Amino acid sequence: MQKPFAITLNPGSSLANHTGSWRTARPVYLDRLPPCNNQCPAGEDIQGWLFHAESGNYEAAWRHLTRDNPFAAIMGRVCYHTCESACNRGKIDEAVGINSVERFLGDEAIKRGWKFAAPEKESGKKVLIVGAGPSGMSAAYHLRKLGHTVTVMDAGPYMGGMMRFGIPKYRLPREVLDAEMQRIADMGVTVRLNSKVDNILEQMKSGSFDAAFLAVGAHIGKRAMIPSGDAAKIVDAISVLRSMEGEDKPMLGRRVVVYGGGNTAIDVARSVKRMGAEPIIVYRRTRDKAPAHDFEIEEALQEGVMVKWLSTIKQAGDHQITIEKMALDDKGFPQPTGEFETLEADSVVLALGQDVDLGLLNGVPGLEVTKDGVVKVGTDLMTGHAGIFAGGDMVPAERNVTVAVGHGKKAARNIDAWLRGETYAPPPKHEVAQFEKLNPWYYADAPKTVRPMLDIIRRQSTFEEVQGGLDESNALFEARRCLSCGNCFECDNCYGVCPDNAVIKLGPGKRFQFNYDYCKGCGMCVAECPCGAIKMEAEEI
Amino acid sequence: MSALQTVKFYQTGTFTVGNRLLAPEERSVQANMQRTNSLNSGHRACQGCGEALGARYAIDAAMNATNRQLIAANATGCLEVFSTPYPETSWQIPWIHSLFGNTAAVATGIAAAIKVKKQKGQGQDVCVVAQGGDGGTTDIGFGCLSGMFERNDDVLYICYDNGGYMNTGVQRSSATPSAARTATTMPLGPEPGNPFGQGKFVPAIAMAHEIPYVATATVADLRDLENKVTKAMSLRGARYIHILVPCPLGWGTASHDTIRMARLAKETGIFPVFEAEHGELKSALAIRRPLPVEEYLRPQKRFAHLFGKNPAVETIARIQAQADKNIRRYGLLSKEAA
Repeated sequence: MQKPFAITLNPGSSLANHTGSWRTARPVYLDRLPPCNNQCPAGEDIQGWLFHAESGNYEAAWRHLTRDNPFAAIMGRVCYHTCESACNRGKIDEAVGINSVERFLGDEAIKRGWKFAAPEKESGKKVLIVGAGPSGMSAAYHLRKLGHTVTVMDAGPYMGGMMRFGIPKYRLPREVLDAEMQRIADMGVTVRLNSKVDNILEQMKSGSFDAAFLAVGAHIGKRAMIPSGDAAKIVDAISVLRSMEGEDKPMLGRRVVVYGGGNTAIDVARSVKRMGAEPIIVYRRTRDKAPAHDFEIEEALQEGVMVKWLSTIKQAGDHQITIEKMALDDKGFPQPTGEFETLEADSVVLALGQDVDLGLLNGVPGLEVTKDGVVKVGTDLMTGHAGIFAGGDMVPAERNVTVAVGHGKKAARNIDAWLRGETYAPPPKHEVAQFEKLNPWYYADAPKTVRPMLDIIRRQSTFEEVQGGLDESNALFEARRCLSCGNCFECDNCYGVCPDNAVIKLGPGKRFQFNYDYCKGCGMCVAECPCGAIKMEAEEI
Repeated sequence: MSALQTVKFYQTGTFTVGNRLLAPEERSVQANMQRTNSLNSGHRACQGCGEALGARYAIDAAMNATNRQLIAANATGCLEVFSTPYPETSWQIPWIHSLFGNTAAVATGIAAAIKVKKQKGQGQDVCVVAQGGDGGTTDIGFGCLSGMFERNDDVLYICYDNGGYMNTGVQRSSATPSAARTATTMPLGPEPGNPFGQGKFVPAIAMAHEIPYVATATVADLRDLENKVTKAMSLRGARYIHILVPCPLGWGTASHDTIRMARLAKETGIFPVFEAEHGELKSALAIRRPLPVEEYLRPQKRFAHLFGKNPAVETIARIQAQADKNIRRYGLLSKEAA
């Protein structure tokens, strides 16, 4: 080519100039663990299923959710949603209403009749599950999905365990419970009700089971020594709640004293209130020290339940009890004050916690029981006896439905590995996406959608569900409040803000890729990523 | 999907570059996989250059709005130097390098030539953009620019304002903010840094020419910037867009903070973002999270002398007064402004 005077080079594009060589640190995409997922006792991928819900794809969202927890509609009602306390959005305005979206998806699944597919391949292994409560049915679901033949045996007349006999209808309508239980049975799980297992080893042998998961729960009400006359009516909370399920409602009289400060005490008080009685809770410590969740105490108070804080029952007599006032000492323990008071009481309901009926474990070699009367298990939830696993309320853990469901999943994974002669190794956890990793500027302002509450009069007199659900547009709005912490949601910010066009957009669902030939390592993509899904790493120089 | 039409909340709204929840036609030009990349990779701008970013945002939007029928004239300055070191070019559009001071005149000439060719039945409708930094616009090229305005020549002039002659070693321009340190306004003496009461705000001067369209923008509000360029390209006559483009080198900020600095300039009221037609203010981009100017000044080394052991409280108050005046003058806090 003939070049003009003093020109020696051909013209060309600056693409020949690889500015990536300037870089001392490189941006790298990563997935961080959203705090909600990190918090969830059932190990749900909350951010993951909200991602589908955000685009209105509710079935995909429900299917993603139920990979970890088959009971979306139950969870959306009874889970204490500690995920919401961990939610990063709480630092911007209010936490995302994860629980209300979960309920919407669960209800949608029931309404539309979404089912779980039976496994494609049968493993040929047989697993016995004792207890058709949240833990047992969760394990049944996961084991069945993995292709095992599952039999669930339960002493009671219905599936659901404590979700039926411990949680009042006004918190969990029975048609919701039934639908989610039946959906598991429909996967080809054999459920044998009214079938108490008296001896686990015999049962496994006669049924030729390869492994067992025990989840019998804790339903023997703890007693307290209360001096009482013959005429005093003292019953335990779990029997009261159980009898609510039957035709014969418990006869407790007008003035019902509930002794205890846990969620069960609140459930009993609110239930008897609905039957027309006047419940009064007696608890030895203060409200902030009570084990019941504060919102439940608040709802009970709204409904007219009376509470005597800092009080113990000294004596129960005919239609009256004597209580002693307590005072907290320096360490926060209640101490008697010698001040007494008399209360009218037709009956006393003891809600002091529950013990586990360990009868079926008699004579199992290697099995150990802790001093609290629960079964010792390893991190894999296997008891001291190989092949027998346990979970839910009968092992040392916090006692609630979500924890129990989580145990079911964890046990299923470990049983599955054990059946193949392997050890289940959970995948390594990603680092948690802390609020400081986010750039909250990019999120639109949007306060939380509040779920409707039932009218107070109907809350005091009927067992109708107290908390309503969100409708479709509300649920979609709520899902879209998710910040997608630590996980790319394809907002195109990195692709847009790079001054060097060094981000390659791969198309919907495929995310992005860095072009390190041109990336100068300015870090703008990291600073402007709303959800903290990029980090800088030093280059080896 | 009906759901997407009924719910008017899209997680990040239009704050982010794209948004998978929006229909493709509602997304930004920059979110498009087929965007022009008018200013391509391999250019020699510093890490985190606001001007490189602003130029791609603006010219990609102009290309999109004109169906890629666009010619640009470019004044001497950073943008020209880093994009076209001989024999390479980063530009993927027809691009002409003018002198430092005459880019408005060169663009006028191109527009005139296109007009004549069309009259002769040759060629087609091609739009003309002139672009330069604040030195080439507010100082050296100001005479040509004012002439282009008063003749109402059919050109969109885009000024990328980084507040100084950064390419030649950070000297003061008439767009350098008060109190800022530059190589020629050292932080010495009783009034350290760039003196108060000097300099000019060219968008206001452009408005005084009563040209069809004047707007300001920053690299922190992409959708706003793209909307303004698109609107400007839909109009004829002299148009002017002034874009704030932070300069990590000249401002002494971290390279990853470029967009954050532009955002702080807008949120503190230091840089008013508005649009005007025929000399009248039409709308302003409202401040979303009001902040004191200190938040904007403190991260910048060019204002470091205002802080330290004995903060220059009075100087900071004078800068705050400038921001407050902008807020009043352009209605930056009123809801209607948004």
